[in-house]
Amino acid sequence: MENKEYVDFVVTARTYKTLLTKKFINRPVWKKPLPGDVFSVLPGAVQSLKVQVGDVVNEGDLLLIHEAMKMLNRVVAPISGVVTSIDVEVGEKIGKNHLMLKIESK
Amino acid sequence: MTSLRQNIIDLREKKAIVEMGGGEAAINKQAAMGKLTARERIINLLDENSFHEYDLFVEHDGRDFGMEKKVLHGDGVITGTGTIFGAPICIYAQDFTVAGGSLGLKHARKITKIMDHALKMKCPIIGINDSGGARIQEGVGALAGYGEIFYRNTIASGVIPQISLILGPCAGGAVYSPALTDFVFVVENISKMFITGPNVIKTVLGEDISMEDLGGARVHAEITGNAHFYAQSELECFDQIKRLVSLIPWNNAQKAAKIESREPLDPTHIEHIVPHDPKQPYDVREVIKCITDGSEFLEVHELWAANIVIGFGRMGGETVGFVANQAMVLAGVLDCDSSDKAARFIRFCDAFNVPIVTLEDMPGYLPGVDQEHAGVIRHGAKVLYAYSEATVPKITVILRKAYGGGYIAMNSRHLGADFMFAWPGAEIAVMGPEGAANTIFRKEIMEAEDQDAMRQEKVREYIEKFANPYVAASKGFIDSVIEPKETRSLLLHALQLSALKEEIRPTKKHGIPPF
Repeated sequence: MENKEYVDFVVTARTYKTLLTKKFINRPVWKKPLPGDVFSVLPGAVQSLKVQVGDVVNEGDLLLIHEAMKMLNRVVAPISGVVTSIDVEVGEKIGKNHLMLKIESK
Repeated sequence: MTSLRQNIIDLREKKAIVEMGGGEAAINKQAAMGKLTARERIINLLDENSFHEYDLFVEHDGRDFGMEKKVLHGDGVITGTGTIFGAPICIYAQDFTVAGGSLGLKHARKITKIMDHALKMKCPIIGINDSGGARIQEGVGALAGYGEIFYRNTIASGVIPQISLILGPCAGGAVYSPALTDFVFVVENISKMFITGPNVIKTVLGEDISMEDLGGARVHAEITGNAHFYAQSELECFDQIKRLVSLIPWNNAQKAAKIESREPLDPTHIEHIVPHDPKQPYDVREVIKCITDGSEFLEVHELWAANIVIGFGRMGGETVGFVANQAMVLAGVLDCDSSDKAARFIRFCDAFNVPIVTLEDMPGYLPGVDQEHAGVIRHGAKVLYAYSEATVPKITVILRKAYGGGYIAMNSRHLGADFMFAWPGAEIAVMGPEGAANTIFRKEIMEAEDQDAMRQEKVREYIEKFANPYVAASKGFIDSVIEPKETRSLLLHALQLSALKEEIRPTKKHGIPPF
């Protein structure tokens, strides 16, 4: 806030001159998630992988075991389809919201 | 045979030993970290020679892991009473030189005893946190201690002011005592506050982050909002606390001490602060300083959610809480953080008999997916709840813009404001003129040959009709349209008139405010 560099900022069709906060500038940008994208919901490590790229899976099939918060969490397929990419390795430590695996419906 | 004289000498010797806390080496280590000792902190914070210590000779009763052989002076915490500008204060300070200020059951019981005392005597409690965490050797006893502290923080909430200083590490469960209190103070390079520290994050995620970047003073003052006051040094922090204590009452049955009224330094400046063009920024704190006694203003949460300004000043010698939209930051919109910030402050003022003056100039709520998904609805609802619930005198001055839901939220007549004033340049409307014209005259604009010209014309039309205070005034939603220079005298009048205000609410156990 020290250097008064006012920027244009629109609220309901009107443009105001104002400063931005660091938190506003760093706010998360929203992207529409694909139904077959499998994200981690907790920080942890991948304990084992149960599928490979190219495998055909049904909704509810076990994809991998994600060890997090002292629990072995079963991660299952959100949709039926083909596993098109796996972006984690066994033993890899990952954060929350990490894209682990992609499934495309046939 | 012992004489009284000998007894006194023995007492002095015993005290001198225990008062050394963890001993010279540990004290030197504390100094090397740039920190004062617990005892120095208490002495510097309280009025001279006013500190009276309790429970100096309390000892722990740990029996495991070699604890039975360890002497921990005062069990790592100093407790007692004193005064700040004559106000009675109960205080405790964790002593990092004694076993890292670790919290065992007896340590906690010293704290809960002084908290109980504060609640019974109805005086403010100040806690100085500087502790490595639970004393693991004591196991669940330490956890019991934390729980007993949290319980008292909650019971005392809204009865006595509770102030927390983070002057060292405060991690894991320990953070929840400060979080339950009214005001949290942090100091650059000294305060470290987090639930899980850098080591755990490194183990689980492999991410490297320093304590300072994770939970340092600046982070809590600017990003999380966990801290209300930020200082560069411990002594500056103590000055902030002294100012705060002088501005708030000792308990919820009193008003803050009244002092002699003083004029603002430059009262006529108020006409030159707010630009006529509603799109241009300015610093609303300048307006506040044109109406408070001596132009003094103690800002709370200065760095966090700066799009709203909250804090204490005096008017006519009495403490007033100010809530003001800050056009200079994010155009003064309400968002999740600024709603939380304002709502909690309003509830503090209401609990402790501090009248609330709201200075309004806001365009609406912050647009964005992140805001909607972060729950701006339930966060924004807190402001409505807090204003509606408050029974202290509530006065609003509309400086410039009052659009839509924001107009309702910022202590409107409809939420029970006692006095509604508006400056002549105020625009009270359902939304900004551009948005309104686009909606109402959508068809005309679409069908016009020159759409921009038509839009401009319709915006002008809307501004002429609604962008003023007179439509709201004609319905009695505004009591009077005032000149800026009349603001202080009218606020003083309103405060005087509402000094004995009484508002009865239906009996209930408690409301259920949105969280």
